[in-house]
Amino acid sequence: MYTAAGLAILITMVLAITRTLLGPTVYDRILAVNMFGTKTVLIIAVIAFMSGRTDLLDIALAYALINFIGIVAVLKFFEYGEFSRGGRGRP
Amino acid sequence: MMESVLDLLSWALIVIGGAFGIIGGVGIVRLPTFFTRIHAAGMAETMCVPPILLAMMLQSGWSLVTFKLAVILGFLFLTSPAASHALAKAALHGGVSPHDEDIGRS
Amino acid sequence: MIRYVSLALVLMGIWLLLSGHYDPLLISLGVVSVVVTVWIAARLNVVDHEGHPIHIVLRLLTYFPWLFWEIIKSNVDVARRVLSPSLPISPQVFSVPASQKTDVGRTIYANSITLTPGTVTIDVRGSQVEVHALTTESADGVKTGRMDARVTRFEGES
Repeated sequence: MYTAAGLAILITMVLAITRTLLGPTVYDRILAVNMFGTKTVLIIAVIAFMSGRTDLLDIALAYALINFIGIVAVLKFFEYGEFSRGGRGRP
Repeated sequence: MMESVLDLLSWALIVIGGAFGIIGGVGIVRLPTFFTRIHAAGMAETMCVPPILLAMMLQSGWSLVTFKLAVILGFLFLTSPAASHALAKAALHGGVSPHDEDIGRS
Repeated sequence: MIRYVSLALVLMGIWLLLSGHYDPLLISLGVVSVVVTVWIAARLNVVDHEGHPIHIVLRLLTYFPWLFWEIIKSNVDVARRVLSPSLPISPQVFSVPASQKTDVGRTIYANSITLTPGTVTIDVRGSQVEVHALTTESADGVKTGRMDARVTRFEGES
């Protein structure tokens, strides 16, 4: 059962990587990387169940957090050119 | 009896989740412009992640593992629209126009 | 004050459930973390009706099943369009009014639109929400304002 789920997730990841390589704009690439990250969280959880080591779920949780923060940070970088500007006190 | 019903339910959820994940992947490669690809990615996030996590929750029964899966699910469900919206808005500011793509369509 | 207590209780519950170890050392570490987190949140001034909205949690329970059903319906529709060889899409941008009074309500409405596949919120200007839709059908679904009315109803007069 978990093998089937893992295979489906891997196919999705390959398709997302295809878009990352093709993507005409940088936003296409970020979108595909975001999707890739979500699927990574999922595949870590599936691997945790496959191998019976449910401690790996903590890593999946941490990866979900890092993925979101990373995407927002990269978007901010491309919008302002640096990490420290923007927000409420926007210059 | 109960076991096999749960197994069947998990299988069904995993097939649904996997199928929608692959369709979302196909969509992200196949759709023509950036703003349409956001929809495909959103589909892969709302219909692929919850069924597969639910299937694993059914398999693990009542335990801390179930709670952890629920936390992952809730977190992904809260952040995926925020990430989609941030992407769309950044692309809009970055000069990707959603208007000129429906020329020659519709 | 009640918001701080409930925040601390929620954080402590999450700590206990995620750690799974119940010896005194780890529980006291958890208590310290919770106190530090609540202190930082108080310094940041984020524990108000916006950052920790306890007043709508119960009403969310009636809203979520309806939202899930909408998500499933539009998912099937978008999946059919992606798979069909002629790719029958008609992307378009439009604005709809958001009748919610509070920022929390507007955020929930915009997030619901984004969660439903086929429509993405690209901008919120005052009480106007700018939406990008994949097809004319999904655009019409938002324009009818059913989701808007639902969110406004459960948001209530917080």
